[in-house]
Parts: sequence; C-alpha cells; structure tokens
Amino acid sequence: MNLLNYTLKYLSIALLLVISIWAVLFYLNMIDEVQDSLDDGLENSKMLVIQRVEKDSGIITRSGFSEHNYEIKEIGERHGLKFKDRYRDTMMYTLNEKDLEPFRMLTTVFNQDNRYYEMKVVASTVEEDDLVRSLLYSLIWLYAAIIISFFVINHLLLRKIWTPFYQLLRRLKSFRLDKDQGIETTKTDVTEFKELNEAVNGLVEQSVNTYGSQKQFIENAAHELQTPLAISLNRLELLAENEGLTDQHLESIGLVIGTLQRLTRLNKSLLLLSKIENKQYGELALLSINTLVRSLISEYEDFAEMKSIRIQLEEEGQTSLAMNKDLAAILISNLLKNAITHNVNGGTVRILITENVLMISNTGAAASLDQEKIFKRFQKNSREQSSTGLGLAIVKAITDLYGFRVKYSYTDQHHIQINFK
Amino acid sequence: MKLLVVEDEIDLLEVIRQSLEKESYLVETAGTYALALDKISAYEYDCILLDIMLPDGSGLDLLAELKQMNKSDNVIIISAKDALDDKIKGLDMGADDYLVKPFHIAELNARIKSVLRRKSLNGKNTIEHANLKMDLDERQVWIDGNELLLNRKEFDILSYLAVNKNRLVNKTALAEQVWGDYMDGADDYEFIYSQIKNLRKKLKENGAGIEVQAVYGIGYKLVVL
Repeated sequence: MNLLNYTLKYLSIALLLVISIWAVLFYLNMIDEVQDSLDDGLENSKMLVIQRVEKDSGIITRSGFSEHNYEIKEIGERHGLKFKDRYRDTMMYTLNEKDLEPFRMLTTVFNQDNRYYEMKVVASTVEEDDLVRSLLYSLIWLYAAIIISFFVINHLLLRKIWTPFYQLLRRLKSFRLDKDQGIETTKTDVTEFKELNEAVNGLVEQSVNTYGSQKQFIENAAHELQTPLAISLNRLELLAENEGLTDQHLESIGLVIGTLQRLTRLNKSLLLLSKIENKQYGELALLSINTLVRSLISEYEDFAEMKSIRIQLEEEGQTSLAMNKDLAAILISNLLKNAITHNVNGGTVRILITENVLMISNTGAAASLDQEKIFKRFQKNSREQSSTGLGLAIVKAITDLYGFRVKYSYTDQHHIQINFK
Repeated sequence: MKLLVVEDEIDLLEVIRQSLEKESYLVETAGTYALALDKISAYEYDCILLDIMLPDGSGLDLLAELKQMNKSDNVIIISAKDALDDKIKGLDMGADDYLVKPFHIAELNARIKSVLRRKSLNGKNTIEHANLKMDLDERQVWIDGNELLLNRKEFDILSYLAVNKNRLVNKTALAEQVWGDYMDGADDYEFIYSQIKNLRKKLKENGAGIEVQAVYGIGYKLVVL
C-alpha cells in the first residue's frame, strides 16, 4: 500500500468515527431544539385558549381533537390543585396520512369560575424515523463526497508534492556503487525533501569515495606486493642453485617457492579482478569461442592426462562474439582448469558449444555445490591447496562485464553454463 | 658482455646482479634515474634492464633518452605494473621486451640471452652446447650434425633449458614457458614430467653430450656431460 492510500485509509476510518459521533450529537440537539420550539408553541396555544375561554366559556363544550388542536374536560378540585403542566409525545391518527403520526401534547389544568378543567393541546411533530433516515442519507453523501475529494486532492496535489521523493527513490533503486559516480537529485522547496536529498547525496558520495579507495587499496596492495615477492622468489631460486644442498634442503626450498608462487597467483588474480571491475580491458576483437576452446583444450591435454581425465568437445553450433581476447581466454581457461582440478581420477570433462551457449560439465564430488556461493571470492574447497579461490569469481566478473549469464547446476555431474546472449 | 640494471629496490637489484654474474656478465647497477642517465650517456651496454617506476623519474623517460641516442633496442623493461598502456608505450619506444614482476630468474635469463643473440654479429639465433646445436628460429635440433626430431613441447622445454644452461629452472617457469600462462594455478606440475622423460630418452638414444637433470622438489637443470 503506498503512502497516499495509507493516509487515506486512516483518514477515512477517523472521519467515519467523527461523523458518526457528530451525527448522534447533532440529532439529539436538533430533536431537543424542535421539541423546545414545539413546547413554546403549545404554551402559547394554551394561553390563547384560556383567554378565549375567559371570554366565551362555550368553547369548553365545543372543544375536541376532531375539530381543534385542543380538548378540555372538567376534573375534580382535589385532582386539579396538585396538577402540573406536562409535555409528552404521543401518537394520533391523521387523515392525510391515514395513519398514526407523532404529536407533541401539553396537558395542563386551568381554573375557570372555580371549576377545574384539564386541557390537552397538541401539535404535529417530526417523524423521528424519517428524520433519522434522511439524516443518515445526507451523512453518507457527505462522507462519500469528503472521501472522494480527499482522494482526488491526494492524487493530484500530494503526488505532485511527493514527486521529488519518488524520483529520488527511482534513482536510488537503479544506483550501482560499482558503476555510478553519484546521484542526481531534483530541486524542491519542501524542507524535508531538501534534507533528504542532502542526506542521500552525502551518503552516496561517501560510499562512492569509500568504495573507490577500497578498490584503489586492493590494487595498490597487490602492486606493492609484487616487488617483495619477486625478491623472495628470485633469492630462493638463487639459493637452490648453491652446490652442496641436500635433497631435504632442496625440498624445503621447493615448498617455499611453491607457497610464494601461490601468493603470486593470488596477487595476480586480485589485480586481474580489480582490472576487470575497473573496465581496464577495453580492446574488443571478434573471436570464435569454438576456436578458442579447441586451442585451450590442447593446452590442457597434459594436465588432464595426468589425472586420466577425458575431455570431450561437442560443437553443435558456432559462437562468435566481440570481446577482449585475453579475457575470453581467461574465462574459458578458468572454467577448464576448474573442471579438471575438481575432478576425480579417470573422470570426464564434457564441453558443449551450441549457438551462444557454452556448457562445461565435469564429474567430481557427488554432491551439488551451493550455487549462491561458488562464484563468490575465496569460496573454495579446503582440500584443494593450490586453488586461489578466485577462479570462478573471475569468471563471474568477466561475464558480468559483458552481460553474459552464468549458471551452475548439478545433476549427476557439475555443470557450468554460460549464455552469451 | 656488459649489462646495466636500473632498479630502485636494492634487494631486487642485488639478486638480479648475483644471478647475472653467474652467467659471467659484467653487471653495473643504478638505483636512481639520475645515476642511470649518467651511465647510459657515458657507456655502452649490451643490454639494459629498466624499471619503470624510479624514485626520481620514470623509466619511460630514460627510454626516450636512449631512443634519441639510438640505444633503445637492447632494453628490457621490468615493471610491477602489468599495465597494457605502459607495455605498448615501452615497446613502441623501442624497448625489446617487457617483463612483469615477479619473474623467474630463468625467464630473465632467457630474455637477456635473446636480446644478446640478436645483437651478436652473425645474427643467427642458435645455441650450441657440446655436440648439441639448436636453431631457435627454424626450431631444429642437431646432435653431431644429425637432426633430432622433437615435438613442440619437447623442443620448447629443451630450448628453455639450453638457454639456462647449468641454471636451475623452476618447474613453474618451465610450465609457464611451454604450456602458457593459463597453466598457472595447476599447482602440481607433474604433467611436465612425462614430456621430460621422453626428451631425456631421445637425447640419450642419440648420444647427446648434455643431460636434463631433475633437481629434487624444484625443477630441472641442463648440464654438459
């Protein structure tokens, strides 16, 4: 539910409550006023009748509701002395409506020539159910009118007022820390939105700066590591050439060299990742994935043979696309290396190329891997000492750069599929 | 042969100097732009190793100076930056090669030898050790004048080891040279072994005066018997 309808919802509930209470009070007040004024009228009628009776006592006998709005009858003195004026509602038959209708009746007692008379004066009053009904209808109309006009105002005026907010929201939704440099805000006169814009701008600027310096840091750190790595590796290589080293010494040196080389690879992979993410691989060339895969398979033959792994290539279609040559080779060789490294002895690697799709399937551990995690950095099988844990992260970075889709799935083999379109 | 190494990292400079002296080169060093400029103006070198990032200037500026003096063709750039721009610029300015840190000593050796061979008077890209002769351009090998047939990988291994005669060649360096950069990450370079085995067999059967020795845990070495 959006903001506009949300306020409308609560407003309509509150309005309904206020109008209902108001209606009850209004009704009671109105009825009170009507009765008050009817009672005044009846009082007046009473005095008029009494005046006339003083002049012409014959009126007493001629009275009756059939002809007049009063009726007079004689009562006993005792009864008459303690009588007080009394107003009450009653029902009387009316000719026009042919039904009993509500009337206001004043019952009073007056003294004429030392005889006591009781007099009833009536006046037609409002029909309460009619009044209630018409009041209800008008209130429903009022309620509807208020809600509709509020809805219209909301959607015309408030929407206009909230425009900067929605624009900001749209921009924030499409904002990518690794792509955009900042966020553009619309000028607004509303203080809250101004503050929001300023706050968002500040936050975005800070995030972009932090992201940039983090990226820069990784790049610089990786660069700075190159020279010490070079020194250590070369010193060890020189050391290994010394005469008189035992096999044990050599093995130790070999192991340290191996570890340093792993560090070097890790470092290179990090540099590669940040270069890909910084889009430093510009130059595009039209290249055939089929040709590239074939040549890389021949590079990896010896490696696969060592683990008695059979590489099968099935070309059901041709895929040619414009991409950086180095990145294309890195992409496919990382996948191939991955499929061979995480395989079992005597296993297979099956490569299927159809139009715009490359699928590499390999035998391996008999369980599906977490497809959310396998493309993340440093997600690796702890048994594989040699892997940097960056191979598939690099694959993902390259596919992201070119807008390809990469997907992992497991049936009885592990499959990684790249859709180039 | 006289070489100049321009590098601001004293440690690396020292390692490179030690390694090159094993090849019996005369090695001079310069740690700054100013010192390097003095040396290249005053002396002739057969090969110059040039670091791009120097504390008081850019190696690329030195390269420009060398180009003006017409001495830029024997320069090998060594840089921590694997930046394509620098590479292209460096090679455009006449540098012979571009080597990214960290590199293997064997690799540096091979590149220097390649520069030196090209500079040598006969201009022939050949190597001779004992009764073995290799033509690196034609990719041919002879033992006592009889041609020895090798497959591509065997030839690449032999030539790389031959260039680094008597030097220990790390198996990673060998794998990168023969199988390409893509092989890095295949930590276990056991697959090299089967190619080496075949190569040794062919050399022995044909009475070669050299031998490929395995250095336990590290790599291989070509020695003259």
